[in-house]
Amino acid sequence: MDFYNYYALLYIDDSTVAAGVKEFEEILKRKLAAADLLNSVKVLETGSSGLKDYGIGLSVYPGDIHYGNLSTADIDEIINEHFIKGRVVTRLIVKPPEEQFRTSELGPQDVRLQNRIVLSLSGVIDPENIFEYFAEHGYEAIGKILEEKVSPEKVVGIIKNSGLQGRGGAGFPTGLKWDFTRKAEGNQKYIICNADEGEPGTFKDRLILEGNPHLVLEGMLIAGYATGAAKGYIYIRGEYDLSIKRMEKALSQAYEYNLLGHNLFGSGFSFDIEIKKGAGAYVCGEETSLIESMEGKRGIPRLKPPFPGTHGLKGSPTVVNNVETLANIAPILLKGAEWFRSFGTKSCPGTKVFTILGDVRYTGIVELPMGTTLRQIIYGYGGGMREQRSLKAVHLGGTSGAVFDESMLDIPLDYDSVRNHGGMLGSGAILVLSNTVNMRDYLESVLLFFKHESCGKCVPCRIGTARLYDMVKLLETSDNKELILNEMDKLSETMNKTSFCPLGQSLKFPVQSIHQYFGDEILRS
Amino acid sequence: MNTEAILKGYEAKEENLLYILHDIQDAAEEHNLTDSELKKVADFLKIPVSRVNGVTGFYSMFSKRSRGKYIIRLCQSPPCYIKGSVNIYKTIKEYLNISENETTEDRLFTLEFSSCLGVCGLAPAVMINDDVYGNLTEKSIIEILNKYQNLEE
Repeated sequence: MDFYNYYALLYIDDSTVAAGVKEFEEILKRKLAAADLLNSVKVLETGSSGLKDYGIGLSVYPGDIHYGNLSTADIDEIINEHFIKGRVVTRLIVKPPEEQFRTSELGPQDVRLQNRIVLSLSGVIDPENIFEYFAEHGYEAIGKILEEKVSPEKVVGIIKNSGLQGRGGAGFPTGLKWDFTRKAEGNQKYIICNADEGEPGTFKDRLILEGNPHLVLEGMLIAGYATGAAKGYIYIRGEYDLSIKRMEKALSQAYEYNLLGHNLFGSGFSFDIEIKKGAGAYVCGEETSLIESMEGKRGIPRLKPPFPGTHGLKGSPTVVNNVETLANIAPILLKGAEWFRSFGTKSCPGTKVFTILGDVRYTGIVELPMGTTLRQIIYGYGGGMREQRSLKAVHLGGTSGAVFDESMLDIPLDYDSVRNHGGMLGSGAILVLSNTVNMRDYLESVLLFFKHESCGKCVPCRIGTARLYDMVKLLETSDNKELILNEMDKLSETMNKTSFCPLGQSLKFPVQSIHQYFGDEILRS
Repeated sequence: MNTEAILKGYEAKEENLLYILHDIQDAAEEHNLTDSELKKVADFLKIPVSRVNGVTGFYSMFSKRSRGKYIIRLCQSPPCYIKGSVNIYKTIKEYLNISENETTEDRLFTLEFSSCLGVCGLAPAVMINDDVYGNLTEKSIIEILNKYQNLEE
């Protein structure tokens, strides 16, 4: 192995690519070559820093220096000062806002890394190099299971004991889901990784896939072994170009090192994984719609029961797990259920990846223990409101979640507690709205989304979404706004009780909570 | 690549329908799926044309309308909305003189609305073919469009 004086990590994800990181990298490398520094500075590509939206970011080790908001004009200075003279360019340093947190409330450790399970290696390793994953205990969990002949029952038992719940939104216990499929009869069983992330305000799965694709593959392997499946699919939404490319590369590396394919670790266990590309339909995030879509049909939901666990893809027993769920599997098997339970709350152990968006100073993603409060996330990690605006509302859990006002900032965020407060944690999206947002206009944008994405299979949702959109438009001009708001509550309640799938069922959360918390504003306007 | 060559690469199973449609559309000069192509696909998979049509109409990435060289997909989900996607839409509309689902006269751009593109940290955002642009302002979107126009000169 070659040794370098400096390692410069460039964060490559959709966001930084949009900011021009590729051009930056090319010029940086050219200038390093011109300065004859290629033997002393190693430029490495890594996944998203997951930190905050800092534009083009570069971290330099040793020294743990983080530069952000870079442009190509800064390259000369970084080379001359930092790489040649060893002097840090203070002007370009960005300080993660959670550093304040680190010293004041949560102790001196590096909270950001301490609390990470699924993102612990994102932005640290090169996702396109399988050796970097090996070096961090990659594929050790599945290797250990196969070599020590740990029984599938025992693997399922560990996941059950860990208390891991599906991270896609519904929060169903993962171990139980696996057990249904393990016990189901069938010659062929399937594992599907649901990477059809379409919930507005959510891009955590994209960052996991881009930052550490092998972690997801290892989770799928373990799921396959535990349930008796020999075939896995990753259903990635068609718009996630970089995720698809990274995953394709990861797959070919895993095959190259016999971590996928026939007779793995000489155990007799075989497992194959294929990528399936989606074509743009929000409803395909629902597991039975996703299965329909994978069979080449319109992505409309199926009647449940029977559940996919026993009757899924091509009628065979199928486990559908979210990306974040699968990314938790290998760490749990390596470190144990007890370790996992040391994070989060009693009823909802582990961490959750949250996305912070909207009118905060720093948007981005952060992985924190379940039970962290909205206030901690918005003010600690999001850096508070931007441009001295004041906080008006928080849309929690994605478009289909409830919209809360400031009074709800201190509820702990886990599946149970948010549900008890009339909302849902969903995908973990936290969209912060400032006082500049008109709540009727906002509700209109939410309802427009649902009107567009309703799949049309069932009457309540197909007609209900269209009628709710008409009604929110009417609110703009009507003299009897109160009547309309009440009717919207009733209609969304009916949709909740009669719609076929969660899309129509969950519309009541945004509609009724906006009425409850911001009805006065709408009536006055 | 023509449709016949694309079909040769697939087993005649219905589960391949979406991928076949992706490939045909990517290869098509006008980035769309025409009735005659859909008929070929239906015959190949031995399923009714109505089913192929149904799938084409269901997914937002497929289009039967002829489209320009660059497809602008503007996110109109709530996170982009609160960061001003409406103004971006107005700017594009005025600058290129096209509305939703329309194509410029020079066949260079088609404007479509899209659901969340998953880059909400950079809202408002737009995807032009495979490239994503974020933190858009009324000024920057015009610069981006200019970049594509200049490529043609």
